[in-house]
Amino acid sequence: MWKDNMMITVGLAFLILCMQNIDCTSDKLTQDGITWNYNYTRYHPMSEISDWMERVASENPELVSSSVYGETFEGRNITFLKIGLGSEGREKKAIWMDCGIHAREWIAPAFCQWFVKEILQRYQTDEKLNEMLKNMDFYVTPVLNIDGYMFSWFNESTRLWRKSRSIPPEGCWCHGVDLNRNFNAYWGTVGVSRDCCQNTYCGSGPVSEKEAEAVTQFVGSRVDQILCFLTIHSAGQLLLMPYGHPQISAPNYDELKAVGQAAAAAMKAVHGMVYRVGTSPEILYANSGSSRDWARLIGIPFSYTFELRDTGEFGHLLPENQIQPACEEAFEGARTIITYVHDKAFHNRTEIGAVGATRAFWATVLASCLATMYLL
Amino acid sequence: MGRPGWTLWVVVVLIGDSLAGPYRPDAEPGPLETNNIEELEVPPELDGAMSDAELVPHHYPAQRAAKVAVHYLNTRHASPYSCIELNRVHKASLEDLGQAGKKYRLQISLKECVSNTDLGQCLAEVLFPGEQEQRAPQVQCSCEGLKKLNNRAEEDALFQRLNTSNSPLSGSNIPDSYGNIAPEMKPMWHLGAAAASFVMLKESNESTLYNMAQVANFTQLETENDQLRFKYHILLHDMISQEILHWKLLVAWSPAGGVSVPQADWEPKCHHCELPLAKSTPEATKPSSAS
Repeated sequence: MWKDNMMITVGLAFLILCMQNIDCTSDKLTQDGITWNYNYTRYHPMSEISDWMERVASENPELVSSSVYGETFEGRNITFLKIGLGSEGREKKAIWMDCGIHAREWIAPAFCQWFVKEILQRYQTDEKLNEMLKNMDFYVTPVLNIDGYMFSWFNESTRLWRKSRSIPPEGCWCHGVDLNRNFNAYWGTVGVSRDCCQNTYCGSGPVSEKEAEAVTQFVGSRVDQILCFLTIHSAGQLLLMPYGHPQISAPNYDELKAVGQAAAAAMKAVHGMVYRVGTSPEILYANSGSSRDWARLIGIPFSYTFELRDTGEFGHLLPENQIQPACEEAFEGARTIITYVHDKAFHNRTEIGAVGATRAFWATVLASCLATMYLL
Repeated sequence: MGRPGWTLWVVVVLIGDSLAGPYRPDAEPGPLETNNIEELEVPPELDGAMSDAELVPHHYPAQRAAKVAVHYLNTRHASPYSCIELNRVHKASLEDLGQAGKKYRLQISLKECVSNTDLGQCLAEVLFPGEQEQRAPQVQCSCEGLKKLNNRAEEDALFQRLNTSNSPLSGSNIPDSYGNIAPEMKPMWHLGAAAASFVMLKESNESTLYNMAQVANFTQLETENDQLRFKYHILLHDMISQEILHWKLLVAWSPAGGVSVPQADWEPKCHHCELPLAKSTPEATKPSSAS
């Protein structure tokens, strides 16, 4: 009798400790959904990314579809992957993620591809992820500034291009607009240049650029659906919250800060890298016209800019051998925010971090064990 | 079931539950580590000066000033086999000296970037001169761990190899577009970064945050005065303006003499482009050529 109790106790204690320390279900990674040898730890030119998108959608029709939602200046289709379960005919809540708004930030598109891969590998065995995919759609744009990205691949001398590739305006002679200064969010007021040759040139007017217009149209028409707007950049190891204007504060500043810090803690837990959290004017510089600010302004409650590795040693030229660790930590950061946003909307739960889910599990285990004990 | 089993259960549940408590983020990112830095005596000229304004260590003013301190340290200590990078800003304060400029006092911790080891802490003072003066920032540092930097054996070997070689060494695009650096080019990359520190230090102000983005190319020149000499074309990245700035440097190096930059010239982006206009923060300021 005593030994029986001991065995039950030890066994269940082990189970509980396991659930606390690691998400056991996610260890069972399957290869479902990614059956060909796409190398996620290399940078890919646009043609390969486009092929990959087509293949991911066609090979996972129950989970992934792709859609064109705009055009670049040079006439290329801007495409997202829409990822979700049971999405047919339903207007679900959604998460927005875009990568590569700045051409030279190659780790960003690499992360969007990694993010999709992780979802495909985990969704059947990771219960939490599965639940979130049932409740929400993920709109992922692997490369937003396609013209700029392709230009940065042209040769060694174009590698550090940042802007779009629109033609020079009247009276000036340089190409391109900084897309992340072009959105309709206090446009042209701070942290911008009016000189078309400069890298923070904000354009001839708000949303003058077709790439910014595509996001504005799509996201703008779904404001009530979109719970969270994540825009991925490099470098600096920062999580930037709205707003870029030093005198304007988001109404949910405290919550944004707390969730951001939870995400940074989750990121640090992976490989020890520190990500600072704050508004852009606090920790980096003031700026206007960013997509993150515009998203918050139109009413999307959670909006973050991720600035991925590193802090200056390689900068935008992040070595390929850092793609995996950078993406692993970024994934945990994104997941922390997405999980919080989901649980707030669907479970009215605002405890931060995966621990909230663990607590719920705990309660269930205890309840079922007590029930079992009474029955024995 | 007996009492002992039930009690043990409750204990296990309670222990586990306390371990799984909800996340409550700290207001600041983590406690300051205690350290054994000797307190510097306050220099006489600071006695009775205006009190410093405390700065938030992870906000941009302290971070930019700390970067300048690191550039300064690299001009003194960096080599083909070592470089210094900022680990963290622990404490910072700012003293407004009016026309004399702005003085930042910082407590920072450093890392050696090649070996990724801890270099301990520094107390640094960074003075950005007032607008009237077109001068470089003035930096003073007191650091505990820099004596650890010793790569003399490797430096001597490199010096010998390059000094006696028949063909002058050259290279380009370091790192390349994929972030890769050939192993034999790594010391030349570090040497470029050390030389770049001279320029970055001189060009820094409160509205800049410089890093070296790339060595576009370098060529070895004739050895002079027992120093290896190189022509370097480097690209600097200023995080604040997001501009890439091209500089052409004459670089001299020996293990005994360290790194120096006898000449540095800023290269405009293109022939018909205007010089970047000197504007108020945070846009790019007009760079001057270092002597």
